[in-house]
Amino acid sequence: MTTQHATVERDDHYNFAYLDESTKRMLRRALLKAVAIPGYQVPFGSREMPLPYGWGTGGIQVTASIIGRGDVLKVIDQGSDDTTNAINIRRFFGRVTGVATTESTPAATIVQTRHRIPETPLAAGQIMVFQVPIPEPLRWLEPSETETRTMHALAEYGGMHVKLYEDIAQHGHIATTYDYPVIVNDRYMMRPSPIPKFDNPKLDGSPALMLFGAGREKRVYAVPPYTRVKSLDFEDHPFRVETWTECCDLCGSRESYLDEIILDDAGTRRYVCSDTEYCNDRQAQQRAGGIPDEAAA
Amino acid sequence: MNAQPLLSVRNMTRTWDGVHGCRNVSFDLYPGEVLCVVGESGSGKSTLLSAVSYQTRPDAGSVWYDTRDQGFTDLAALPGARLRLLSRTDWGFVRQNARDGLRMQVSAGANIAERLMAVGDRHYGELRRVAGNWLQKMEIDAGRLDDRPVSFSGGMQQRLQIARNLVTHPRLVFMDEPTASLDVSVQARLLDLLRQLVTDLGLAAIVVTHDLAVARLLAHRTLVMRGGEVVESGLTDQILDDPQHPYTQLLVSSILQS
Amino acid sequence: MRATTPMIEVRGLGKMFTLHNQGGMRLPVLEAVDFDAAAGDCLVLAGPSGTGKSTLLRCLYGNYLATEGSIRVRSGNEWIEMVGAPEQRILALRRDTIGYVSQFLRVIPRVAALDVVAEPLRAAGVDAEEARARAAALLQRLNVPARLWGLAPATFSGGEQQRVNIARGFIARHPVLLLDEPTASLDADNRKVVIELIREARAQGRCLLGIFHDAEVRDAVATQTLELRPALAATADMEQ
Repeated sequence: MTTQHATVERDDHYNFAYLDESTKRMLRRALLKAVAIPGYQVPFGSREMPLPYGWGTGGIQVTASIIGRGDVLKVIDQGSDDTTNAINIRRFFGRVTGVATTESTPAATIVQTRHRIPETPLAAGQIMVFQVPIPEPLRWLEPSETETRTMHALAEYGGMHVKLYEDIAQHGHIATTYDYPVIVNDRYMMRPSPIPKFDNPKLDGSPALMLFGAGREKRVYAVPPYTRVKSLDFEDHPFRVETWTECCDLCGSRESYLDEIILDDAGTRRYVCSDTEYCNDRQAQQRAGGIPDEAAA
Repeated sequence: MNAQPLLSVRNMTRTWDGVHGCRNVSFDLYPGEVLCVVGESGSGKSTLLSAVSYQTRPDAGSVWYDTRDQGFTDLAALPGARLRLLSRTDWGFVRQNARDGLRMQVSAGANIAERLMAVGDRHYGELRRVAGNWLQKMEIDAGRLDDRPVSFSGGMQQRLQIARNLVTHPRLVFMDEPTASLDVSVQARLLDLLRQLVTDLGLAAIVVTHDLAVARLLAHRTLVMRGGEVVESGLTDQILDDPQHPYTQLLVSSILQS
Repeated sequence: MRATTPMIEVRGLGKMFTLHNQGGMRLPVLEAVDFDAAAGDCLVLAGPSGTGKSTLLRCLYGNYLATEGSIRVRSGNEWIEMVGAPEQRILALRRDTIGYVSQFLRVIPRVAALDVVAEPLRAAGVDAEEARARAAALLQRLNVPARLWGLAPATFSGGEQQRVNIARGFIARHPVLLLDEPTASLDADNRKVVIELIREARAQGRCLLGIFHDAEVRDAVATQTLELRPALAATADMEQ
């Protein structure tokens, strides 16, 4: 079974969830607007957080503005609950809110993530908070903020296809494998944060609410539940997710996103699920005799 | 004779400070017609081009364009989105420096295909084929489709910029000194290419230049500008062979005889 | 005298040049010129040099602006007044009604002789292949060797250039054709070809106006002569 952590002692020198109430209200207003306009980047007054830009300040501010005493928080980083960042952020929220935390996706009400969506499907009522470095999908094409805002307003997205065209011309296929641009609700173009393109289909029509926060760039955006999210492609080069010939070394999964781990100087490799919770669950089920262990077969 | 002009400019003024720019300009442009605006530096010709193409708003007067769907329309009445769409599909704008009109960091093919992708074309193979055809039309080796413009010569970059503008079959092309940055022999080739394209595609064009030879070669009609005003206008050959205005006579007599 | 369709009517035509850069000096070249020309005519402009023969032709083409008087040209069933006409009208006349063979070929680099000659047909909407075929036939008649057809005329001799020019002028069968010294650089054989072309044009009902330096050609083709005198009232002499 996945770990349910002990509740961390709340430090009441801080306001609940660290941010002051006015800031939370400002953020919630921004988030409401974001939910009302799926995929549209809403500016917000990003606050100084006790960690530098580039470490998830946007995601943390979003979580901080929506978290309540009854929530159960899961934090993952690259699919794993036990990396340094995930642990630190989980402990931070423990200290400033005292809410329960978990590694179990079904048990969580809020999942804050960096760079992955859990393999376990999300349910209605759950909220995913994504940490976003660069929110603007057109930034590579157009450095001017006023110009990109106009492009979004007028849905001038032809330039994005230039990038995809260029990929195919240079590499024979669309080479973007993460942070793959999407069109939300048939209207706004959005960057789904640096999740692998493997995870893009999970955004399409999901029953969960997806919130995205970029602290340095001071933007939030959202994909409401059951919203159409379509990855960009060409008619003759349709969108395709990653596939592996290998399966997970630990649990035998052929359906999850695999990390490639190099074990020694001779280049020995091992493929394991990036989503540690998913992998551990499968292993536990196999030990209990529930599902066959394909890796052992 | 065409009954309806493609573009009508009436008493148009656009100045930077009330004085410098262009003042009280009026002319009509008919489909398939090339109009040259000649003048020396500071005559206001670039401002004229910028204002007529609505990249800057005129201070006074009006510009009317025969849009495909709404008929003859005052451009001041068009919402910004429509104007932007117009300038990306029905118009072209060729800048003096090709680098200002190209995306230098993507391939020639991507540069040409961009406007097609902007209007919704989503078939890679087809986009590539069309882009390749245009390269050939502009006398660039089609094998350079995937090369970036940085590796092109100045003349090739300029031809690429023109192709990029023509791919959506615009009816009107604005050109600001299209040959001024090029060597003389390269200019001749480009001018000839433009001349052919204008005829083959039935393009209307407004070409700003300080070089009367460009006007002679390309334009049916010419406006002569000085100090922000149009001092003379007429058929190009008449302007060059029988100039009426003192300034035009001076300009024409200043051409070195070859 | 058989009745023929009048094609050109010029009344009181005057052309005065004002040279602003020479202290505003005024140069009267044409004054009170009157004449008519009809289909099948070949009106020859005569007179000493400097009397404005070339100027008159250029006024009839819209290349020079007349300073007074009227030039009316028949286009289809309409009479068009050229003096003061809008530019589009003049352009349309040049495309459909009035052709002009200038004294010197204006050479455009990179355009093959064949295409130079074919261009008036292309402008009138004839398709490329047919236009080129007709151009080839005409160049052949004018003894321009086939090996030159694909080359730009820049390197041709004066006579070869002039023949390209003539072919270009005659090919589209404009109802009115203006000829400015078309035979100046030609040898006897080619002068004969031009005479034939002029006669055929007349027989087709075209109206020609020309300046011919060469007396032999002049006598062979003229049906009327217009004598121009230095800025004095001109009269038209009818021959036959």
